Amino acid sequence: MIEVKSLYKSFGDNDVLKNIDILFEQGVPNLIIGASGSGKTTLTKCIVGLHDPDEGMISYDGRIFNKMNRKEKKEIRKEIGFLFQGSALFDSMTVAENIMFPLRMFSHMSNKEMLDRVEYCLERVDLKGTNNLMPSELSGGMKKRVGIARAISFKPKYLFCDEPNSGLDPHTSLTIDKLIKDITHELNITTIVITHDMNSVLEIGERLSFIYEGKMLWKGTNKEILRTDCIELTDFIYASEYMKEVRRHLIGE
Amino acid sequence: MKTLYHIGRYTLFLKKVFDKPERRKVYWGLFVDEIIKLGIGSIGIIIVISGFMGMVITIQTASQIDGNFIPDYLVGWTTRQSVILEFSTTMLSLILAGKIGSNIASEIGTMNVTEQIDALEIMGINSAGYLVVPKIYAFMFIMPFMVIISMFTGIYFGYLICELTSIISPEQYLIGLQYDFRPFDVTYSMIKSIVFAFCISSISAYHGYFVKGGALEVGAASTRAVVYSSIVVLVVNYLLTQMLLI
Repeated sequence: MIEVKSLYKSFGDNDVLKNIDILFEQGVPNLIIGASGSGKTTLTKCIVGLHDPDEGMISYDGRIFNKMNRKEKKEIRKEIGFLFQGSALFDSMTVAENIMFPLRMFSHMSNKEMLDRVEYCLERVDLKGTNNLMPSELSGGMKKRVGIARAISFKPKYLFCDEPNSGLDPHTSLTIDKLIKDITHELNITTIVITHDMNSVLEIGERLSFIYEGKMLWKGTNKEILRTDCIELTDFIYASEYMKEVRRHLIGE
Repeated sequence: MKTLYHIGRYTLFLKKVFDKPERRKVYWGLFVDEIIKLGIGSIGIIIVISGFMGMVITIQTASQIDGNFIPDYLVGWTTRQSVILEFSTTMLSLILAGKIGSNIASEIGTMNVTEQIDALEIMGINSAGYLVVPKIYAFMFIMPFMVIISMFTGIYFGYLICELTSIISPEQYLIGLQYDFRPFDVTYSMIKSIVFAFCISSISAYHGYFVKGGALEVGAASTRAVVYSSIVVLVVNYLLTQMLLI
């Protein structure tokens, strides 16, 4: 469980996050949704410690993260898996080496144990046999799946996914969404997904938080979101004229 | 003010770079990889440049010496001194600032803009240490060997041009090479080369590490890395010469 309380962050005069309160629960995908530039990525970077918040509190299962020293933060970070928007695989390493990297740096596993773990992770993301490929030889969807495999290789307690569907076709997006949801349930981890993909929202959005211009405006589930009264959220979901028509039919206007 | 800002940030960057490493064994592997990449990959260009420079220095010196009062063997002496004291250290460092400096800056810069550095940080790894320490140590380790290769190549090609042409006799060239030889000159060059290697690799890594933006910014950082490394090499060259030779 990750808790964020009264979080503020600004860059110069630009107030990016304003009084954010969220509780991310364990065992279900927690989605942060919002338009581009609304502060989703900044919020995530504050949570994982890439940005220092100006005010507020971030806690990982009761451990106050933003008050920790560098060494303590390092220990928490070993429990975090992160899937980047652009996958951020290490170009100079093969798929297997990428997945093995956190194990090589922090575990005391033997080489065979590490290779077994790589095999398990690759099988889990349905990419068996790609061990020796370089990231440049992979498609966008495969890179995302290797990114997930790397993120789960060190058995994280917390998984962050930054726009896991960006640049993917709808079918591959659904595969990635399903994978994230299954892994979250299976490993019983706290998963945070940043997205503005409505397919993902409806598919895996068991816990949704909507950020608008740096403020937390709405919280709910995928069952509630389509009938919300929040004007900013309906503008976000039903952006086109066609979708506005869909909404009118949905709520029976 | 901007210069002071960069000096301050560079100092903090070095502090982060030399922080305690996560796992020494992994760093050792990276160190060996960097020696191959930075050192072995540069031997070809070192031989070509040093060979031609050795020949040019010999021909130019011989063509300047005219008259009976200056002995021919001074051509060999001048070539040796020029190559050992300046060419194989300072000039070679300036050339390597272009090749290796831009390579380091663009590699780290690209990793930065593609979030690979963020990935390292989130895993709890000191990204500056992991990426930069092996490069600095590898370059500092391999640089004296590259300088020695350059010295031998420059002096040998100077000899070769004496053999191939009739500017002076090869025997006179060999006498000049041995005349008034001070071993400290080689030590002085080795010290300089190690310091230059540190400056080039750390300054280039600094410029790559703090890149923000995309491909254009990586290119600009790479250019800045070469320019600032070259300037620092020249300034440090003057300071070390003042300290060690006077």
